[in-house]
Amino acid sequence: MANPKKILNDPKKVVGEMLDGLVLANDGRLRKLDRHAAIVRTDLPDSKVALLIGGGSGHEPIFHGFVGRNMGDGAACGQVFAAPSPDIIYEAAKAVHRGRGILFLYGNYAGDNMNFDMAAEMLEDDGIDVRTVRVTDDVAAAPPERTHDRRGIAGDLYMIKIAGGASSQLNTLDEVERVARKAVANVRSIGVAVAAGSIPETGKLTFELAEDEIEIGMGAHGEAGVSRQKIAPADTVADLLMDKILGDLPFRRGDEVALMINNLGATTMMEMLIVNRRIRQILDREGIKVHRTDVGTWLTVQEMAGFSVTLLKLDDELKRYLDMPAESLGYSRM
Amino acid sequence: MAEKLDVSGARDMLVAVSQAMIDQTDTLTDADLAIGDGDHGIGMRRGFEAALEALNAGQPESVEAAFKATGTAILSNTGGAAGAVFGTLFRSGAKGFSGGTVDGESFAAFLEEGLVAVLKRGGVTEGQKTMVDALAPASRAARAASGDGLQAACAAAASAALAGVEASKGMIATTGKARSLGERSIGHADPGAISIILKAMQDFTA
Repeated sequence: MANPKKILNDPKKVVGEMLDGLVLANDGRLRKLDRHAAIVRTDLPDSKVALLIGGGSGHEPIFHGFVGRNMGDGAACGQVFAAPSPDIIYEAAKAVHRGRGILFLYGNYAGDNMNFDMAAEMLEDDGIDVRTVRVTDDVAAAPPERTHDRRGIAGDLYMIKIAGGASSQLNTLDEVERVARKAVANVRSIGVAVAAGSIPETGKLTFELAEDEIEIGMGAHGEAGVSRQKIAPADTVADLLMDKILGDLPFRRGDEVALMINNLGATTMMEMLIVNRRIRQILDREGIKVHRTDVGTWLTVQEMAGFSVTLLKLDDELKRYLDMPAESLGYSRM
Repeated sequence: MAEKLDVSGARDMLVAVSQAMIDQTDTLTDADLAIGDGDHGIGMRRGFEAALEALNAGQPESVEAAFKATGTAILSNTGGAAGAVFGTLFRSGAKGFSGGTVDGESFAAFLEEGLVAVLKRGGVTEGQKTMVDALAPASRAARAASGDGLQAACAAAASAALAGVEASKGMIATTGKARSLGERSIGHADPGAISIILKAMQDFTA
């Protein structure tokens, strides 16, 4: 199969060139560190608990596209699909620190965990208080008793939104960490893959799926999901995904949730809205109330086709931070 | 045949190791595509190109400094799990060369120190289908052969690493991006970067 077309300059320089473009697209509200692939806000308030997010590039707009007011204060950016190195994370952390400690918030992957942990140890040596919350929303990655083995996928957006809101309102790292942990404990997602994306530098697809196949639960890097099957109607796929999510937390009659449908790259809004229609039928039937809906493109895998569904169970506190206004290239809300 | 390397010899050996890794970019990419996401080759190339640059910048102060500089370049430029793991191997393993030379004993100590640090950083044990399944037997083989000199220790380690990579085919991945494959990961080997490193060291000392 021919390599997918991409309009690039030097494929080895995609991350640096992209970050330059990202800074410019934020019209002065962000800057890039001189010698490291990290983005920080230029308008960070003093004495704020800092929220540092980050991960591999190639999944835009996450993570660096979510730096802004009431979102992440900075992002450490790795190469395509690879965690950032400890020195990038360390420098980004120093740049966002305002004297009240730093919350690291990122998806749960071995590479991210090791690199962020090394940076946290370096910061602790400097006397800076760092806490780590890893997002583990992908129910397809491991059974409920092993949530620590689950990956972070599109649920990252709600976690950043809530932690960003909380870190702008709460004065202590303890409190911000508590809210972020509560949010992670209540979020569940699952994806479906329709076609693979490719890595710019190799041009190779990250996995193979036959023309008439889809994979339920596939991860954001082509990690194997729960089942590979023939392509099916939108309602059938929605039923399968919701079945996995609803029973996992579990979500119960009377619960109030935020619902997100995330485009993995090449799926049409039309398809996602058709899926949304079915999901609402299911939630109505189950007696679960939707507080808000987000349908859009937040965690992509290059030109991968497919989408994910996220449910976040809300209480008054999570609702308050989730509903705060936010401003970033990847997600804004008035 | 080299039985003892001073700082200049150690630097040349690390240059050879870096070059070997850069030459194997496509092999690593293909192995990673089978059970991971296919960025391993280009990541390792970034790291070892940076290592080459650091090694070519001037004569390091000591053997330990040369290995540490190599590890730091890998850690800062590779990214991902591979950057953390292989950067840690060289940076922590460097302590094994505190005596100032590379010989059978210090080479075995390098692998032992590196292994301990990698196990701690990765939170893994043997049998999870990671580079540890090549590094751990290599470290034991190097120690067993260390009395026979550097060349013998390198050869023993390289061959044990290769056998370890081969044995990883039969293992189920329980960590990293391949974890979700479960039993589907059987039949594929860990990409084997540790084996490339040790083979290059063996060739250099032969």
